[in-house]
Amino acid sequence: MKLTNQELNILAILDENHRVSAKSIAMQLEMTEENVNKLIKKLEEEKVIVSYPTLIDWNKIEGKETIVAMIDVKVTPQRGVGFNEIAEQIYRYPEVRSLYLMSGTYDLSVTIEGKTMQEIALFVSNKLATIENVVSTTSHFMLKKYKHDGVIIEGEEDKDRRMVVSP
Amino acid sequence: MSIDYQQYLSTTAMRLEPSGIRKFFDLAASMDDVISLGVGEPDFITPWNIREFAIEALRSGQTAYTANAGLLELRQEISNYLNRRFQVEYQPENQIIVTVGASQSLDLAFRAILNPGDEVLIIEPAFVSYAAIVTMAGGVPIRVETNADNGFKVTPDQLEEVITSKTKAILLCSPNNPTGTSLNKDELTAIAAVVEKHDLLVVSDEIYAELTYDQEFTSFASIPSMYERTILVNGFSKGFAMTGWRLGFLAAPRELISVMVKIYQYTTMCAPTMLQMGAIEALRNSSEQVEKMRQSYWRRRNFTVQSLNRIGLECHTPGGAFYVFPSIKKSGLTSEEFAQGLLQEEKVAVVPGNAFGASGEGYIRCSYAASIEQIEIAMNRIGRYMESLVRTKNTVLEEVK
Ligand SMILES: Cc1ncc(COP(=O)(O)O)c(C=O)c1O
Repeated sequence: MKLTNQELNILAILDENHRVSAKSIAMQLEMTEENVNKLIKKLEEEKVIVSYPTLIDWNKIEGKETIVAMIDVKVTPQRGVGFNEIAEQIYRYPEVRSLYLMSGTYDLSVTIEGKTMQEIALFVSNKLATIENVVSTTSHFMLKKYKHDGVIIEGEEDKDRRMVVSP
Repeated sequence: MSIDYQQYLSTTAMRLEPSGIRKFFDLAASMDDVISLGVGEPDFITPWNIREFAIEALRSGQTAYTANAGLLELRQEISNYLNRRFQVEYQPENQIIVTVGASQSLDLAFRAILNPGDEVLIIEPAFVSYAAIVTMAGGVPIRVETNADNGFKVTPDQLEEVITSKTKAILLCSPNNPTGTSLNKDELTAIAAVVEKHDLLVVSDEIYAELTYDQEFTSFASIPSMYERTILVNGFSKGFAMTGWRLGFLAAPRELISVMVKIYQYTTMCAPTMLQMGAIEALRNSSEQVEKMRQSYWRRRNFTVQSLNRIGLECHTPGGAFYVFPSIKKSGLTSEEFAQGLLQEEKVAVVPGNAFGASGEGYIRCSYAASIEQIEIAMNRIGRYMESLVRTKNTVLEEVK
């Protein structure tokens, strides 16, 4: 798909900050608000814009802390459909936050989010490991998030160190 | 015993005007939670690859002096860059000096060419250092005032009017700080005719060359027959987001450079070695990031200009740098009163236009090197400030009636 410069510019702005208003985008790109809305709708319909992530740091909120695990899964691919069918069986579970097919020493990378380690362990042993053609799983628990989807969670670099007025 | 220090001080130094920016800086710095549109530097941090290169240089022990004119490898990169970006050709061996910021380039240029009493034309509103640098080099700054009606562009006629037998050079700055005005090829060519006719030199401050929006940047040295008459000043501060590195450069005819190198070796020796290494990486591998920053400034310029015009602070659309220079005449206040009131009442810092010369009176400089969110808040506050001024004015008028 080939996009126009205007469309690419809109995507660049939304990629930086999806909360920005259509009015602000219009002013930044010297377009009308109407036109901006039209193009955003088109990009949504074409699934170029898939969804608007809201990045919430749940671990800041008491009682809402979560644990994330990334699980390497080895599988035996099935004749005819390869990895797709097994992948589908896995991503249907609501517990699964993301799923990627990987090259290298394992095949699928599954990200699970849960309230406790116990919860994640149960998911792996009861659901993931029992799927036919899953050969092995290796779980890694995430200890701290420094950067997520291009966003630095709490960075030193965000501070404006400039003087208030300068030449 | 009390000493009268006046008797020891240089009269030239004592007579220098304190910078209007500095004055305002002290006031702004004393307040908390200020949204600043007062800064003249990028809000980006130097791209990581450049920083990493400098760190590596330090780690591997590159801690000794370089050649006076800078690392030859860097001068070669500067030569390639000038050629690639602006189609001007300079020999790395004898036509380029790496300096401590464009500021020092300007200082070296004027020290090299001025004799006491020589006049230098400065187009105002202008960068705060210009007049002082010329004065310190023994020259006489001659101010040429431009105005908003033609977008703060200087005309050949204006130059003709002030040129005398003492005029030695014109100091050009495009895109300009504080107006953002960018001169196109035709406008530069018209200036070139005057330069040639009167046998002048041009010191061309091209520090904002990477930050132009509506048309390609034209280097003054690329204008026919101007190469021989141009001292090109540029650097890494603005386009590469490297203000704190203090790295700039000069490019000029060999005969001029050799004198500047002589001065440089006695005053500075060379620019910091490990930072010069970082600059090599900046020129080799950062064009994509420079372009990304430029795009971001372009969007913020559009946003800022439109916001100001909606508020009623008339503002031309500048072609470069990261400043807008809206008129505040409607407020009935001087630029200093306006900026001071805005800071105190709404906690937004801008720079009063008169800091850049008398022709800047009636204007303020707003830098849009800030996040869109910050700019948006600042614009709302400026709008509210304007409304409060109008209200006060109306009440005063009522009372007079
Ligand atoms: C027009 C102009 N020239 C030169 C400079 C100084 O640049 P540097 O940081 O490279 O000394 C500035 C900085 O604000 C500027 O605006």
